[in-house]
Amino acid sequence: MGKLNLVQAIQNALMTEMQLDPSVMVLGEDVGREGGVFRATEGLQEKFGPQRAMDTPLAESGIVGLALGLALNGMRPVAEIQFDGFMPPAWDQIISHISRIRTRSRGRFSAPLVIRIPYGGGIRAPEHHSEATEAVLVHTPGIKVVYPATPYDAKGLLISAIRDPDPVLFLEPKRIYRAIREEVPEDPYTVPIGEARLVREGKDLTMVAWGAMVREAEKAADLAAQEGIRVDLLDLRTLSPMDDQAFISSVRKTGRAVVVHEAPRTCGLGAEIAARIQEEAILQLQAPVVRITGFDTVVPLAKLEHHYIPSPERILRGIRQVLAF
Amino acid sequence: MKGFFDPSILEEVEMLRILGPEGTMEEELRPPELTDEKMQELYREMVFLRLADQRALNLQRQGRMGTYAPFMGQEAAQVGSAAALGEGDWMFPSFREGAAMYMRGVPMEAIFAYWMGNEAGQRFPDEVKVMPISIPVGTHPLHAVGFALAAKIKREPICTIAYFGDGATSKGDFHEAMNMAGVLKAPTIFFCQNNQYAISVPRTLQTASRSIAQKALAYGFGGIQVDGNDLAAVYAATKTARQRALSGQGATLIEAVTYRLGPHTTADDPTRYRTQEEVEAWLPLDPLVRVRKYLEKCCMWDQEMEESVYAFAQEKLNRVVQQAEAFPEPTPEEIFIYTLEKMPQRLELQMKDYLAFLKELEG
Ligand SMILES: Cc1ncc(C[n+]2csc(CCOP(=O)(O)OP(=O)(O)O)c2C)c(N)n1
Repeated sequence: MGKLNLVQAIQNALMTEMQLDPSVMVLGEDVGREGGVFRATEGLQEKFGPQRAMDTPLAESGIVGLALGLALNGMRPVAEIQFDGFMPPAWDQIISHISRIRTRSRGRFSAPLVIRIPYGGGIRAPEHHSEATEAVLVHTPGIKVVYPATPYDAKGLLISAIRDPDPVLFLEPKRIYRAIREEVPEDPYTVPIGEARLVREGKDLTMVAWGAMVREAEKAADLAAQEGIRVDLLDLRTLSPMDDQAFISSVRKTGRAVVVHEAPRTCGLGAEIAARIQEEAILQLQAPVVRITGFDTVVPLAKLEHHYIPSPERILRGIRQVLAF
Repeated sequence: MKGFFDPSILEEVEMLRILGPEGTMEEELRPPELTDEKMQELYREMVFLRLADQRALNLQRQGRMGTYAPFMGQEAAQVGSAAALGEGDWMFPSFREGAAMYMRGVPMEAIFAYWMGNEAGQRFPDEVKVMPISIPVGTHPLHAVGFALAAKIKREPICTIAYFGDGATSKGDFHEAMNMAGVLKAPTIFFCQNNQYAISVPRTLQTASRSIAQKALAYGFGGIQVDGNDLAAVYAATKTARQRALSGQGATLIEAVTYRLGPHTTADDPTRYRTQEEVEAWLPLDPLVRVRKYLEKCCMWDQEMEESVYAFAQEKLNRVVQQAEAFPEPTPEEIFIYTLEKMPQRLELQMKDYLAFLKELEG
């Protein structure tokens, strides 16, 4: 159907699924009339009416709590939280109810719903519009956590998420919403949840990234290639459940790993990934796993955020470090 | 049925208006301190603030400022309420309160610097009794209640005022704040600027209540709806709420009915959700116009004064912009140093490592 950027691919996935399945609906702040502040739900209200593309009152806990109720009674809600920084009020409902309803009811009820969240920095936005909080999400049992990095994956993963029998948190790298265009099929298709993607193949080290950091990691891999270093770059795509076999088998081959994430370092997923590598590939490891991450601080505003977010140069430094060990 | 409350008992909410759109004053409702001289002084501030708002929008268009949330149309709500506060009172703003913050002593250059992405702009001078702005909608009224409660415990004769929009009244935290203020009889003013929209979502999709003011009743305290474009009514209502707070009668909810004449922020296109006719219908209700008309009627204002006030304001703004842009560029250390009073060792290592990296890049 031609080339789409990431946010268009998301809109296209929503349109496709709402056409196919009358129980699919979207809800959230400004998602109806406005079509979303990023235009991810553009045109849905015109086509499906205000009930299936619903502007809700301004209440994040309310939106996801309502979504659970809708899902319990047969709808397939796709809720939008406008920005990552407004997730905390919704966590209560996610952690206390959405993630537990299957366990709590001993399998009688489930929560087949999706929560879409534009996440991460790099758009020079005000406070609370630039957070990366995947660690909290992945730390919560009972939900799936998905991070597309390309338009093609965004559509395929979102369709998978909508059809999934369990709650899926779908984190969209807002910084690259419009940065890349690629061929996205018009017909519905799925990209499986829980499978990493090999972005490029190399023998010298393994690099693991997701979401907006995949692009920065690619740029770093390009810089490294100029020094003759070949990187095996994996885009995890799903953080929970995580395709750890992808990076473990890669590390068995390369012996070295760099993990890149935007979120704070301490108890970030870099720590989890490093732990899994040492659990299963310690004999092949030739250097400690290097983490290139955000700092253990609040995300700074526009004038400083480029220091906070891992840059290709900072990643390259990590690459050199892991090789020099 | 016996005992059943029908919401229709609240159908007839009466809105307080003192200064009408044609500049006519209801003298018997006018607070005595709001003299003609005071009106004149506040009008000068409103002109300055209107121009400051426009200047910010221009700077954003030129790429010299980041996203900005304009308050054009809401000057009376902000200036009138801030002017009614006492010296010791504390303000808890959200992001659209540049005018109210300025009235409480926040330098305009600090406000500009903040929107330019420089966090130093949020470090207000020590004597300024204004909290940093709260971006998460509807969450900070709770802090105003807690602060007021502490003042009550310490027997300080002050109140707090929390500013928020109509959208904020949908948040759970807003209700928790109202409820706690009611239970604790906290000396707090809840000041809602009902500017009709929360980004694109109209007030009618935000609450099924007839008014926002009436929500106070359910929490056991008083509420009032005022014409938010009426400087005198906003001033009078805030003054009364303050007196109630200081005399131990607890909280008040003020709903200032107003209209956001500009976009939600510079990232927003309001033509997607509202018509030009609607905007135009609000133009005759412009809060500046009616104060000017009133002052002209009392021979306290003329075209010459108008021109000189505008010229003076523009010149002052030139200096504001200069000073905002002359704020020292923040250093990377500033990312780290405010995290905790004493920097933990791990964080210090992160900082040192990052600074070393920056050195390597140079060399
Ligand atoms: C908790 C939270 N959710 C979402 C947002 C994004 N957002 C910023 S302003 C806004 C609308 C606020 O409307 P209102 O409270 O009426 O204030 P106004 O902008 O009209 O001054 C939204 C949804 C936010 N800042 N905080």
